[in-house]
Amino acid sequence: MNENREASGRGAAWLRLLTDGAAAAHDWPAVRVVDALLAGQPARYVAVVPDPDNRFPRARNGEVGLVEGWQLARAVQEAVELDRAAPVKRPIVAVIDVPSQAYGRSEEAFGIHQALAGAAGAYAEARLAGHPVIGLIVGLAMSGAFLAHGYQANRIIALDDAGVQVHAMGKASAARVTLRSVEALERLAASVPPMAYDIKNYASLGLLWRVLQVNDAHAPGAQDLAAVRETLEAALADIVADRERGLSGRLHGPHRQASRRVRELLASQWEGAID
Amino acid sequence: MSSHIDALLQRDSFIERGARSRARALLDAGTMRELAGPFERLHSPWLAMQQLVTQADDGVVVAKGKLDGQPTVVLAIEGAYQGGSMGEIGAAKIAGSLELAARDNRRGIPTQAVILFETGGVRLQEANLGLAGIAEIQSAIVDLRRYRPVIGVSAGTVGCYGGMSIAAGLCSYLVMTREARLGLNGPLVIEQEAGVAEFDARRRGLIWSLTGGEQRVATGLADACVEDDTATIRATLTRLFAQGLPEQHRSERALDYLERLARVDTAVQAAPETVRTIYREGDAA
Repeated sequence: MNENREASGRGAAWLRLLTDGAAAAHDWPAVRVVDALLAGQPARYVAVVPDPDNRFPRARNGEVGLVEGWQLARAVQEAVELDRAAPVKRPIVAVIDVPSQAYGRSEEAFGIHQALAGAAGAYAEARLAGHPVIGLIVGLAMSGAFLAHGYQANRIIALDDAGVQVHAMGKASAARVTLRSVEALERLAASVPPMAYDIKNYASLGLLWRVLQVNDAHAPGAQDLAAVRETLEAALADIVADRERGLSGRLHGPHRQASRRVRELLASQWEGAID
Repeated sequence: MSSHIDALLQRDSFIERGARSRARALLDAGTMRELAGPFERLHSPWLAMQQLVTQADDGVVVAKGKLDGQPTVVLAIEGAYQGGSMGEIGAAKIAGSLELAARDNRRGIPTQAVILFETGGVRLQEANLGLAGIAEIQSAIVDLRRYRPVIGVSAGTVGCYGGMSIAAGLCSYLVMTREARLGLNGPLVIEQEAGVAEFDARRRGLIWSLTGGEQRVATGLADACVEDDTATIRATLTRLFAQGLPEQHRSERALDYLERLARVDTAVQAAPETVRTIYREGDAA
């Protein structure tokens, strides 16, 4: 198995660099919330990082667990509350390196789905309230963890790097659920774009705003940092210039023809005789 | 005993109905209109590439009509097809309909929505497009629930799992039967990822005691546990829509849940009674 089951530490590294090492807004070990500037204006940066001492043993490697989900929700809610009356809403940057949601009995028992709904809902509310939300994928963006942290962003940027992967489920589990061998799954992933794990194939789906070249995604230098900053600023300007607060900008990819066709049909059939 | 059998025989089971029949039974008689239906031949292009069986509606029924006279769209997932999994087309049908319902509200038409969750989550054969589609469903629920309730129903027997359990967690209200289950990670996946000691996927009693409809309602993670009876489910939806939006959506209660989770003893495995105690005390506080 060549599966990367742990966050690489990239989330923490990029968060530190992008915020010039500013102090965290909370003393939470796994959900790091830092207020710093983006394009000269106040912004909130959020990352989920490994916490080897996590009270919940299934959430020690950077997974999004029960507490992490609700803390993400809180971090985003706070930004919305701070700017409730402000004409300009502060941007929220989700720095994404999340290996998975937490898998465990306690997690299911206490409703981890609800905790992740808290996070996803908070990001969506912030976007609808006019906060520019940017997702920056620097490592793994897996499954429920990605839904909770980043997938609700107005714009998603990914680093072009072999360590950057997006997927719905780890390979071993995906093979078990679909009654295939891991080898068969890998063969299919090579020819069916939405099944692939790598960022090149993912980019072909049209969900990313930019794929960004860097020299070293793991230990970025000044040049890489400048390139990422510049792209975040460009994303911010693009969001501010756009009146759309939904996710329709993701529907233009060559591999999303079916998504567009369905929406066209629904729109043309929506008004009917009965109404 | 015999009267109990008679009652069972006369009951109009909701679980035994297919997705289309469920949608029709919930809407006022004669008002249902199916959109993007099977005659549009919306077959999954991705399943076809893998020589897997496709279906002309991709397992999702979009039914527009009235419920108790109110404009309503019912999004019914067919659990019998591919485990109710969300592929590109099925997810687009749900997200696109919710988007139009939200647009209706902005134009002064108070369209409301019901989602019948009978789903294992992402269709892994369409992996990243299923995940993307679910993110769009979640976005659309949050948009629509600003205006009118979005009510989720998990009747069974598939249950509601994966990314769609997160979508269920965003709904204004959740209705379940005793047969339904609601959870993020299915038992097989937890067993695969964390080992059989963490979760034994063969122990059906354990699964239902922790994630079944009765437990979810007793712990406040769902709003109503109802009999598997079509009229009862319809009446419950009517009642909840009449209540209007909740004061606060469940997904917005981060502070409440963080306070409760701080009281969990994580050194022991969670038991159903522990969850009830901690979450009930949270409600009393």
